Amino acid sequence: MKLIFRPYSKTSFGLSLGLTTFYLSLLVIIPLSALFFKSATLGISGLWEVLSEERIKQALYLSFGAGGVAAIINLFVGFLFAWVLVRYNFPGKKILDSLVDLPFTLPTAVAGIALTTIYAPNGFIGKYLTPYGIKIAYTPIGIVIALVFIGFPFVVRTVQPILEDLPKELEESAYCLGANRFQTFIKVILPELIPSLLAGTSMAFARGIGEYGSVVFISGNLPGKTEILPLLIVTKLEQYEYAKATGIAVLMLVLSFTIMFGINYLQNRASRRLG
Amino acid sequence: MKAKSKNSVLRSIAKGIGALALTAIFSLSAYANDTLLNVSFDPTRELYEEINKKFVESWKKKSGKDLTIQQSHGGSGKQARAVIDGLEADVVTLALAYDIDSIVSNGGSVSKDWEKAFPNHSTPYYSTIVFLVRKGNPKGIKDWDDVVKPGIGVITPNPKTSGGARWNYLAAWGFAKKQYKTEEKAIEFVRNLYKNTSVLDTGARGSTTTFVQRGIGDVLLAWENEAELALSESRKANGGVAQFEVVYPSTSILAETPVAIVEKVAAKKGTQEVAKAYLDFLYTKEGQEIIAKHFFRPNDAAILKANVAKFPKLQLFDVRSIEGSWAAAHKKHFADGGLFDSIYGEAKK
Repeated sequence: MKLIFRPYSKTSFGLSLGLTTFYLSLLVIIPLSALFFKSATLGISGLWEVLSEERIKQALYLSFGAGGVAAIINLFVGFLFAWVLVRYNFPGKKILDSLVDLPFTLPTAVAGIALTTIYAPNGFIGKYLTPYGIKIAYTPIGIVIALVFIGFPFVVRTVQPILEDLPKELEESAYCLGANRFQTFIKVILPELIPSLLAGTSMAFARGIGEYGSVVFISGNLPGKTEILPLLIVTKLEQYEYAKATGIAVLMLVLSFTIMFGINYLQNRASRRLG
Repeated sequence: MKAKSKNSVLRSIAKGIGALALTAIFSLSAYANDTLLNVSFDPTRELYEEINKKFVESWKKKSGKDLTIQQSHGGSGKQARAVIDGLEADVVTLALAYDIDSIVSNGGSVSKDWEKAFPNHSTPYYSTIVFLVRKGNPKGIKDWDDVVKPGIGVITPNPKTSGGARWNYLAAWGFAKKQYKTEEKAIEFVRNLYKNTSVLDTGARGSTTTFVQRGIGDVLLAWENEAELALSESRKANGGVAQFEVVYPSTSILAETPVAIVEKVAAKKGTQEVAKAYLDFLYTKEGQEIIAKHFFRPNDAAILKANVAKFPKLQLFDVRSIEGSWAAAHKKHFADGGLFDSIYGEAKK
């Protein structure tokens, strides 16, 4: 019998890597580097001028802040959902399972309009909250709700398969060795899930930062208060300030990439420790 | 044997597809000379549907040729950018001169003196900014002065992202400047106006939705045709009784919505003649009547007079009279660091 050292494959590595690189360049690298070149026409001082604008700073805090809060909410709620869907059987489970994906398929603008209709002061939910002075639509809370909606499936869908594959024996042996429920969860189950939880949360966060369609409807777009970064890009474009618009885009790109890279690093470390 | 027959089947299918593709390409190229693309802004969708139908008929009578007119609608600035980036529009019919000027300065597919190519600064129809208030006008809003009073909720889109919003802004600005004479008082006036806003939508249609559907605010600053559209929609939904009223302020802005031929594209496609005829058609009696039907104010004095019930007489001022030109107005008010930025920066506090 012959031992196979290399992964078995019918395609040649050279061709498949070449295709991958070509595809990635065409769709990701070339467009994104065009972004950098366009913003480079501003020069460093021009770029700095754009980025130090008060409105940009506030929008930056808002986009990343609301994105972060929404991602954390999604972390907990998404985990709960995954847990329920994997661990229990109940009528209508299949339907619930399919509903989770809806935010993926729905155009985000539709989500934005629907959420605004419900949470506006005269809306289905909004009208019960307004008498108590609680405003949701046209405030940062509305933005968080929109971002929770669009980022929700990420956590569920990354955690679900891992939870499903978790061997039963793991928990059983923990019980046999005398661990109580809480200890089993914290010391046995949770560490296995941390990489996927991190991955899901970071994807929800990334999606939230760049989200435009749903947020412009529910945010009210007040400069300095509820204006998000992607809207500022559109604002600059409306003034034919292409370089400034791409300047903001580059800022978002760099920040998002740094955060993603950091989270990926953490995630790798977490999974290596387990492995 | 089997493989061979399979092959021949495949080959004949391939041939069929090839032939189909060729016919498609030929028929497309045969059509190419007889299609016009009109890139326009949002509220003109219904207007151009009717204009196009009538123009295609008259063009067929005149030249014997079939013509297909394609429409593209969206925010005015976005549409201009699409043309700058290479959308092959034969004509542009946009919400403000500044957007056409931007096509001129970004690539120059429209000639510099486009404003002189057609009568009346190349503006076949215009509109103005009016107020839409709730039924019975509970807050008693009659004129611009009432809009800036404390406690009045004003709905207007963001001038940074919406052409219509710039008209709203300049209408208020022009009124204040005429009324109070000094620039400081005018700035104060506009600042008070924006203090009263709680939502700045990205476009005019969005603002209409906020006011009409969400029930927010006491007054919507809107295009005249947009206000009329909201009225007729409301009538339809409520059995003939509108939930809103249109209030005409004492004075408002002459919102010129200009048109231009995109020469570079027209020259390439060989459509100069038909493009010119198309825009000329907007100035004919027939064209002007359709325009009036869709609540845009026609240029033709006689037709405007015939529709006086639809278009009450208003004192209108144009951008040139208050700021010199659109470019100057843009620079002073809407560019980064302009008056709107400073007004909003302070209004917020």
